[in-house]
Amino acid sequence: MLEITPAHYTILSAALFSIGVIGVLVRRNIIIVFMAIELMLNAVNINLVAYAQQLQNLIGQVFVVFVIAVAAAEAAVGLGILLAFYRNKETVNIDEMNVMRW
Amino acid sequence: MAEAIAFYTLSILILGLGVAVITTPRTVHSVVFLVLNFLCVAVLYVVLQAEFLAVIQILVYAGGIVVLYLFVVMLVNLKRQPEEHQDPRRLAKVGLGLTGAMLLELAAIVVYSYSREPSSVTAPSPAFPVQGNIEQLGWLLYTDYLIPFEVASVLLLVAMVGAIILARREL
Repeated sequence: MLEITPAHYTILSAALFSIGVIGVLVRRNIIIVFMAIELMLNAVNINLVAYAQQLQNLIGQVFVVFVIAVAAAEAAVGLGILLAFYRNKETVNIDEMNVMRW
Repeated sequence: MAEAIAFYTLSILILGLGVAVITTPRTVHSVVFLVLNFLCVAVLYVVLQAEFLAVIQILVYAGGIVVLYLFVVMLVNLKRQPEEHQDPRRLAKVGLGLTGAMLLELAAIVVYSYSREPSSVTAPSPAFPVQGNIEQLGWLLYTDYLIPFEVASVLLLVAMVGAIILARREL
């Protein structure tokens, strides 16, 4: 209990990831859906850093740098798409974003 | 002992703020909770001896990405509640059930991997000619991971161009 093993970090990471999944699946405001995706990316990063420390190997931390870069790119492009969509349809509700649904 | 106290405090904060992010009805409050969540994760990185990543977390996430979210929340001037319109075909309960299944799966993986004999495999990094977290990370990034590093920079450039083109008035 008092000794923190990587299992603790894995459980924390799994719980945070699940919170993100619930946010993506249940909320209908697309800005909040994006934020839930950021939560999931953070959960993955926590895992990588915890194991980098456990194995005394810095490659996990290098991966986190790349994950953060990809997250920044994703946020920029995603919010750009969101703004373009909002200008055309005046909504951020994902239930109304069904133009391309079959 | 100190690590345990830090871990449990930070875990409660991270999970509580994560729940707050996806449950608050107002989007601006959600963004504020997200900043606090990222700051707690940065402190967790310090506990895990990843000082460089803690700084990057604060600079890029709490400083950059969240400000971008705030800008978008301010630009998107909603005349009606975003959650008002309900698609009758939407299966939110099935979504919750699928999340539960995923959580069970993750728990099963954790339980399984820790019920086995703990492998004493360690894969220590090769000897570095430099000391310290930031120096060693920089060494790795500019030697073994130079090509991924350059690819990431190209990705960021493409994302920047794409975001500018998407956000232009006349699309």
